[in-house]
Amino acid sequence: MADVTDLERLPIGSIGHRASGWWGMLAVIMTEGALFSYLLFSYYYFAVQYGREFLPPHLPKLHLSVPNTALLLLSSVAVWWAEQGAKLGDRRRLALGLAAALIMGVGFVAIQALEWSEQSFTIASSSYGSLFFTITGFHMAHVIAGDIVLAVLLLWTLLGYFDARRNAAVSIGAIYWHFVDAVWLTLFFTFYVTPRLS
Amino acid sequence: MAVIDYDRAPEFATAGYDSPAASRLHALWETKPGLIGWLSTVDHKELGVRYLVTAFAFLLLGGLEALVMRLQLAQPNEHLLTPEQYNQIFSMHGITMIFLYAQPILSGFSIYLFPLILGTRDMAFPRLNAFSYWAYLAAGLFMYASFLIGAAPNDGWFNYAPYALKQFNPNPNMDFYALGMILLGVSTTAGAANFLVTFLRLRAPGMSINRVPILAWGTTTTSVGILLSVPAVSLAFFLLWLDRQFGTHFYNPDGQGQPLLWQHLFWMFAHPWVYIIVLPAMGIVSDALPIFCRRPLVGYTVVVLATIATMVLGFGVWLHHMFATGLPFLALSFFSGASFIITVPSAVAVFAWIATIWTGRPVFTTAFLYFAGFVSMFVIGGVSGVMTAAVPADRQLTDTYFVVAHIHYVLIGINLFPVLGGLHVWFPKMTGRMLSERLGRWSFWTVFAGFNMAFLPMHWTGLAGMPRRIYTYPEGMGWDTVNLITTIGAFVLAAGILIFLANIALSRRNGRFAGPNPWDGPTLEWSTPSPPPPYNFPVIPAVASRHPLWEDRLDEGLGRSSIRRGVVLDHGKEALATSTLDGEPDAILKMPEDSLSPLVATIVMTAAFAGLLLHWWMFAGAYAALLLAATIVWLWPERELGQRAEASHG
Repeated sequence: MADVTDLERLPIGSIGHRASGWWGMLAVIMTEGALFSYLLFSYYYFAVQYGREFLPPHLPKLHLSVPNTALLLLSSVAVWWAEQGAKLGDRRRLALGLAAALIMGVGFVAIQALEWSEQSFTIASSSYGSLFFTITGFHMAHVIAGDIVLAVLLLWTLLGYFDARRNAAVSIGAIYWHFVDAVWLTLFFTFYVTPRLS
Repeated sequence: MAVIDYDRAPEFATAGYDSPAASRLHALWETKPGLIGWLSTVDHKELGVRYLVTAFAFLLLGGLEALVMRLQLAQPNEHLLTPEQYNQIFSMHGITMIFLYAQPILSGFSIYLFPLILGTRDMAFPRLNAFSYWAYLAAGLFMYASFLIGAAPNDGWFNYAPYALKQFNPNPNMDFYALGMILLGVSTTAGAANFLVTFLRLRAPGMSINRVPILAWGTTTTSVGILLSVPAVSLAFFLLWLDRQFGTHFYNPDGQGQPLLWQHLFWMFAHPWVYIIVLPAMGIVSDALPIFCRRPLVGYTVVVLATIATMVLGFGVWLHHMFATGLPFLALSFFSGASFIITVPSAVAVFAWIATIWTGRPVFTTAFLYFAGFVSMFVIGGVSGVMTAAVPADRQLTDTYFVVAHIHYVLIGINLFPVLGGLHVWFPKMTGRMLSERLGRWSFWTVFAGFNMAFLPMHWTGLAGMPRRIYTYPEGMGWDTVNLITTIGAFVLAAGILIFLANIALSRRNGRFAGPNPWDGPTLEWSTPSPPPPYNFPVIPAVASRHPLWEDRLDEGLGRSSIRRGVVLDHGKEALATSTLDGEPDAILKMPEDSLSPLVATIVMTAAFAGLLLHWWMFAGAYAALLLAATIVWLWPERELGQRAEASHG
């Protein structure tokens, strides 16, 4: 190294995956992933301890949760499409994709709130209810945080802050959104699929 | 200065600390004088020293609590404290030492040293660094505020359910602890992410992964551990708070809750935490002990691998805190086995240190004494750990003073001794003055004698059956004499700490001038003046070996490190990003200016937590909204940081 006397041109500031913020977001995802692992551990711990009597008489239904899952996955596609647009320097496409994802993200929260109001149990009725509302509540908080991220990114896009090379914030927001969607799949599997397997 | 260009070839130059380039950098990096400057600084050296001072203040508080307990226990049937006061004091002693002293003091070392030993100008996220300090301070004050209304946590630092639940503990004692720990978790997590990204991205060019000082390995390994384990305890406390405030059924046996869930979540965090508060301290020893043995550390690679292996295994032994809770036989066998296995990597490190001393030419400075003391205390604490790893022995010893003796040998031996030794090593770097060796020896021998006098007999106290956490005991149990000896030892230990403090106070003003490298150390921090200027290095050094300042003697590699000639980076506050494995230059990072955002964010976050504590829901909501606004302002893309598109690039 010591004999190196000239370097190639290096990017300056926040550029794509070379931005410190990108690495910081990976650390956030790591610790948030751990958080949801501990939440799911708690659920399965109770499920093992108490067996079938742990489940409520009326399981959470599928008629809202299945379409809502599809909606959330579709929003991830929109974010991916927007991010690709950002890399091409296409601000219109970036703004459109972010706006579409934001609408779907807000829609997810609204449908999830409806889903909550339909349950036959409450957060204080038994440990199942406590776990259901706490775990889906944690996820809902993450979706709301993601909605705020998408809204702020949309605002920054409209203010003209991003172009084909300066768009690290978009990638950072996008990976967070994909993470929140992936977490939902584990929750969906836990609350809506596993009780129906036996 | 706006960032018009999206890339450039960095200029090379030869520059010392008195060059024009250096004075330009000084103006760019310097913190403004005055109160606003003090509150808004993001300089890692300033923040590192603040961490050290604050954590040491908590050490003294926790120590005072210990002395009060020892007075109460000095003789049978004492009435200095009421049972409730005793509960609060022993709980706060544990909380203070484990959460507010042991980890933050190591963060202090690492925040101060990371950029200096890695050859860069600041941490990856300087404002986040300030935030993690302020949030740590806020969490400490939050938990200590409980004393003001006489409602400090009173269920021990591990706070078992169901006693921590509302029906047994109706006052806000546990709410202070629960919310305070979540607040502290925010600080710890922010700090860990910062260390991890700094390690992965900001090392000097040429500092490939096998040339990094062990302290950085230790802190980075534990940072990963923090990111993976702290959510467990934050969650455990959050669920406890829900149980207490909203009638949920996590830990409450009614409604199909399960008190043991608390123990699982708590120890899934707290056992890794034990390694989190020792591995960086072992890193201090691995880097500093060789300086006083006049040779490189024996077995660099195996020590690094042992560090990582210890952390990984540390996630698989949490059940050994729960051997007496009626778990299945298979689980006991597995976790007992894992607890034996984890001694192997620890022993590897011990043999590496012993071999370093053995084959070196030791210089018996105060720091060396502390490090050698550390090795011997570690062996004793490790052996008593092996004893409790065996299920039958543990069932006899659990909840007795034997376990108290074990944890103190581990934590004082592996944390406090390296910390005191490390302060002797780096105090000259931080202040420019040497500590007095004479007072240093006095303090070492007093601390060493007091510590062993207090805690070696305590093993016997436990074997004689004295349970921990009782506020007094009757005569004639055979516990009287040992308790008195322990109390005397505790006061001797405290006297040793006082001598150390006197040494700090006197040497700060009158100590011998240190110069850049008083110990003839091998790593990059010793190439800077003492104390280092705000920008650390006038040019970014290029590194060719593990011991850049010992290359002429060691002849390790082919090339030579280049410390005075390197990349300049003076178009504003800049640092060099390098690739993770090989340390190849990768990008020029724009570093943020001093900012009040971290302090403002801490204040509104703490206010929101206070609102939760007091059930002022609207107040908490309003401050949560303010926190959101403060975060958006903080993250707003800045031209100066190269975060916004420039018009000329379309």
